[in-house]
Amino acid sequence: MWFLKNLASGALCAMAMLAVSPSHAQQAAEVQVTYSRGQFQPGEVRAPADTPITFRVKNLDAKAMEFESKSLRVEKVVAANSEGVINVRALKPGRYEFYDDFNEKARGALTVQ
Amino acid sequence: MLAALIIVFREVFEAGLIVGIVLAVTGSVPNRNRWIGGGVLAGALAACVVAAFAGALSQLFAGMGQELFNAAILAVAVMMLTWHNVWMAHHGREIAGEMRAVGQAVADGTKSLLALAVVVGVAVLREGSEVALFLYGVVASDGGSALSLAIGGFIGLALGAGVCLLTYFGLMRIPPRALFATTTVLITLLAAGMAAQAVAFLERANWLNSLDTVVWDSAWLLSEKSVAGRAMHTLIGYTDQPTEMQLLVYLAVLLVTFLLMRLTGSQPTDRAVAVGR
Repeated sequence: MWFLKNLASGALCAMAMLAVSPSHAQQAAEVQVTYSRGQFQPGEVRAPADTPITFRVKNLDAKAMEFESKSLRVEKVVAANSEGVINVRALKPGRYEFYDDFNEKARGALTVQ
Repeated sequence: MLAALIIVFREVFEAGLIVGIVLAVTGSVPNRNRWIGGGVLAGALAACVVAAFAGALSQLFAGMGQELFNAAILAVAVMMLTWHNVWMAHHGREIAGEMRAVGQAVADGTKSLLALAVVVGVAVLREGSEVALFLYGVVASDGGSALSLAIGGFIGLALGAGVCLLTYFGLMRIPPRALFATTTVLITLLAAGMAAQAVAFLERANWLNSLDTVVWDSAWLLSEKSVAGRAMHTLIGYTDQPTEMQLLVYLAVLLVTFLLMRLTGSQPTDRAVAVGR
């Protein structure tokens, strides 16, 4: 078992060294979206280009939803009646669609300018 | 019902593949069913607990609790898989060659089984917590469709078990001599892929933001969300938009596993070859 312990502590050290605490070098733009009765409100949101974005998704429904987007590379479960925070890297101008992975009828889009 | 089936199947697909591989890896080890079954059960129970506290979990670490939890359990799985590979490089050939006292082999095999049971538990936990949340939402919501959605969900679950069996019996068709090499490669790629996924979670949590440039976008060729993409994602850690750090960590895990296996595995191999002659 000694080997396992060494391996574990070594990997943990490596991870601790790699993990950089949250940097606030660039202020993130905040985007708020509410999810209720299986719909995003608003369905279209905007954010500036070349700036990290923080999504705040407020799920008002009584069941969990999963905020997901292929183009944004995000996937996050937001429990019932709670708020989820999702970080997105700085983006190029364009339109990025997102949806609820548990209910694909719920769709929205982020326009980056 | 079909939507529920697809959602649940998609989630359990990955866990099914991993359990299938682990079953094939441990094919000849006594009591393995008890260990692997225990891993699945513990993972499923833990998934329910995680689902029940999903709200509280995501509030931790400034809203990044989910991401950090996922990164941490993936890191545990990577260590277990790597340790298993290194351990097998050391003892596997001796066991295969029946040169070892059976009692000792069983005792040693148990250590490796524990590592793999943890891997199975982690796989079930990761996918299962989402299934539990989804099914809970379905059952809790009103309306006559709840029952059919739940049925769809459970069929999806059964299909996931089918993936597990297909993987297992597929691997079992490989002749025993080649099976060891095959599963070693599979486990190594699985570990590297999981490490790259852990990096993705740390990047999402903003805990890791060096080298976070996306190297390529191969979604046009193979989307990560397609069935083939998902299978490749689980098996070799395929990502259609990997960052530099993900690639780096992926290659590092491959290299470290290779070096550790060479270091610990060379001696018994030589002996086995010598005796074989």
